[in-house]
Amino acid sequence: MSTSVGARRIAKIACLLAASTLLAACSSVEPWVKPYERDHLADPIMAFDRDPVSSAYLHHVFESREGARGAAGSAGGGCGCN
Amino acid sequence: MSRLRTLHDLAPVAFAALVALGGFAGVATAGVLPEDRADILYHRYDGGGVTIDGPSLLVRKKFLEKFSVSANYYVDMVSSASIDVVTTASPYKEQRDQYSLTFDTMRGKTTYSLGYTNSKENDYQADTAFFGLSHDLFGDLTTISMSFARGWDIVQQRDAITGGVDPDFREHVDRRTYSMGLSQVLTRNLVAGASFETITDEGFLNNPYRTVRYVDPTSAVGFSFEDEIYPRTRTSNAVSIRGRYFLPYRAAVHAEYRYYNDTWGILAHTGELGYTHPLGEKWIFDLKYRYYTQDAADFFSDLFPRAQAQNFLARDKELSTFVSHTAGFGATYEFPGGIPYMPRFVKKGTLNVRWDHIFFDYSDFRDIRVSGVAAGTEPLYSFQADVLQLFVSIWF
Repeated sequence: MSTSVGARRIAKIACLLAASTLLAACSSVEPWVKPYERDHLADPIMAFDRDPVSSAYLHHVFESREGARGAAGSAGGGCGCN
Repeated sequence: MSRLRTLHDLAPVAFAALVALGGFAGVATAGVLPEDRADILYHRYDGGGVTIDGPSLLVRKKFLEKFSVSANYYVDMVSSASIDVVTTASPYKEQRDQYSLTFDTMRGKTTYSLGYTNSKENDYQADTAFFGLSHDLFGDLTTISMSFARGWDIVQQRDAITGGVDPDFREHVDRRTYSMGLSQVLTRNLVAGASFETITDEGFLNNPYRTVRYVDPTSAVGFSFEDEIYPRTRTSNAVSIRGRYFLPYRAAVHAEYRYYNDTWGILAHTGELGYTHPLGEKWIFDLKYRYYTQDAADFFSDLFPRAQAQNFLARDKELSTFVSHTAGFGATYEFPGGIPYMPRFVKKGTLNVRWDHIFFDYSDFRDIRVSGVAAGTEPLYSFQADVLQLFVSIWF
């Protein structure tokens, strides 16, 4: 019993250490596309969803006539250009 | 008058509208709130004996620097004489009104969104609440997002003779939608995205007006109809990936793929390829092709061997095996602010037209308008539809 509690504690610490390492690694990642290199990404033709009123309507058209649904939008389509 | 609804399953649609119209659209410009913008759109769908048209008005405005609000009013005016309607019911007209309101606020690199949608028809009401957040990482090259939506639908039925709502029929549907998204700048010319969405439904999921057909030797045509029966639960999973690439001569190509399955046995694949080509500073043209294919639900059959042949019964062509092909074209013309007849606060505007032509080809849903053949040997059904959008957008 005490062994399993100890093992669980070690596992928790290991998880915390792994998470901390990952977060530290994240914070030190250098953007490989510099802000001044993002002019192409900032162009309106590169937007995943240039006209939301139009794409929302078209999703509605397809979802009303097809069995599949979901994950068809552009949620989270970041360009990182700001 | 007997009716057949064509606009059921509204809550996922309402959620998609919230996601698209609300703050999540703003995630596309990471780290900032959506632009102040207004759109007025006229839409028209015409195909398979069904005509649906109406307006959509979307207004989005920032305030107090850290907040943004968007409101949408959307209308579907339906005139239906679809194959389902003409073979088992009477043509009908109806209207659906949908109102959406979304608030976004930004704190550091995180955007929080809260939204609500109400959709009403004369025999169906859907309310959906939505909460989402997105966060930018790695010098704004990565955006992660997640959201949860909860929907409550009320299903009613109109009386076939009087047209009034049947007071003895009132069913409910409870829906939950869980979404996650990732967007990643890969190079100075390439951006990619991925989404995952799980939707669970519980309640009255079939259509109170729709029927299935079964072999009936006592009938002159060899078959008869009975009410459809669906399971009272459904859980679906969809995962998609997409990419957009900037070409050297200022144009863009995009590709998207989605995999879908659910507990009703439907498995679907969706693929899309598109090309965007600007012409000068004023014009943008879009071309695309979309392919969709799905397997039938486990309890779908065009012709059941007898009445009450199994515990669940469906003959909705949306649950059958079929493919659809869509070819789309779009054109956008941009005009500057300050032109005559335009209010002074308008910074710029666009005039837009979109046209999509869709071909639906069914593998196990038959055209029972054809008579004089044995039941179950009618030709397979197919139809084509045109989807037109005309809209004006202004930025202010």
